Amino acid sequence: MPMVEVAGKSFEVDEEGYLTNLADWNKEIGEYLAKDEKVELTDSHWEVINFLREYYEEYQIAPAVRVLTKAVAKKLGPDKGNNKYLYELFPYGPAKQACKIAGLPKPTGCI
Amino acid sequence: MLHIVNKSATERNSLESCLRMATKGSAVLLIEDAVYAVTSGGEAAAKIQAAMPDLQIYALGPDLEARGMAGRVLDGVKLVDYGGFVDLVTEHNTCQSWL
Amino acid sequence: MSDMMDDMEGGEGVVKKFMFVNRKAPHGTVYALEGLEVVLISAAFDQDVSMVFTDDGVYELIKGMNTKGIEVKDFSKTYRALEGYDIEKLYVEKTSMDARGLTEDDLIVDVTVLDSAEMASLMAEQDVVISF
Repeated sequence: MPMVEVAGKSFEVDEEGYLTNLADWNKEIGEYLAKDEKVELTDSHWEVINFLREYYEEYQIAPAVRVLTKAVAKKLGPDKGNNKYLYELFPYGPAKQACKIAGLPKPTGCI
Repeated sequence: MLHIVNKSATERNSLESCLRMATKGSAVLLIEDAVYAVTSGGEAAAKIQAAMPDLQIYALGPDLEARGMAGRVLDGVKLVDYGGFVDLVTEHNTCQSWL
Repeated sequence: MSDMMDDMEGGEGVVKKFMFVNRKAPHGTVYALEGLEVVLISAAFDQDVSMVFTDDGVYELIKGMNTKGIEVKDFSKTYRALEGYDIEKLYVEKTSMDARGLTEDDLIVDVTVLDSAEMASLMAEQDVVISF
């Protein structure tokens, strides 16, 4: 398995760069993974990342993008729970890319 | 003799065969999906209770917890953890796994 | 499937009645988890999905699981996410519940309890039945 090094510690990732062990994750790793994805993290990004981690904690899965969109709309309002807003934050897909930065596995159903 | 059963008694006949063959004084350890048999209210519970005068019944605690069944265990069943599983194996000369 | 495909809604396709039948206890075999993942994936295709729990499958929905000791994922929490995937038709068979001393209160999600005849006719009206 490939490893990434953040702040002097090594962490295992899978062949697509998703963190292998959910519990390894911290903000610094999130920032490292975001840089790798060429995403500059703002408070709006963190809001979605934290939302995803809470979702995973509650349901033990990373949501599919339309489920994420709907759940964000419910929690953070319709101005954030829509494709345009989420794709602007995470151009390569709010589910795939944001999950990676959040240290979650790839959403079920993505290849 | 220690008998080990790991299949659900409501799906296969492993437990039934085991209880038919286990001689008085033997130990029976239920693990994995077999642990449902020691929970109250189910059809398999009656078979376990009928066997209890002759056999000591054990069940693996972590498997009961993983299945949300730890609070329903029949009286007289002894719970063991993985260390207790190893102890049971070493205490008995022979083991029969009813796969 | 990519996010884009995942995002296709409505579409032109025909909506069929899909039933996923779950008959295995969780953890002891991989069927329960695999079946759940297939259902989650199927949700992207906007079909008319029902999930049925019979025999040892009813054990999949028991609340209060703690899988730390056996070091596997507690996917029972994921059944609660099904609603967000618009999969809301969950059925359990009464006979199977009774045989295991279980009631609706023991389950982690809201379900419809059917007797065997009702379950049989529900099964008979499906276009596709997939079993785990």
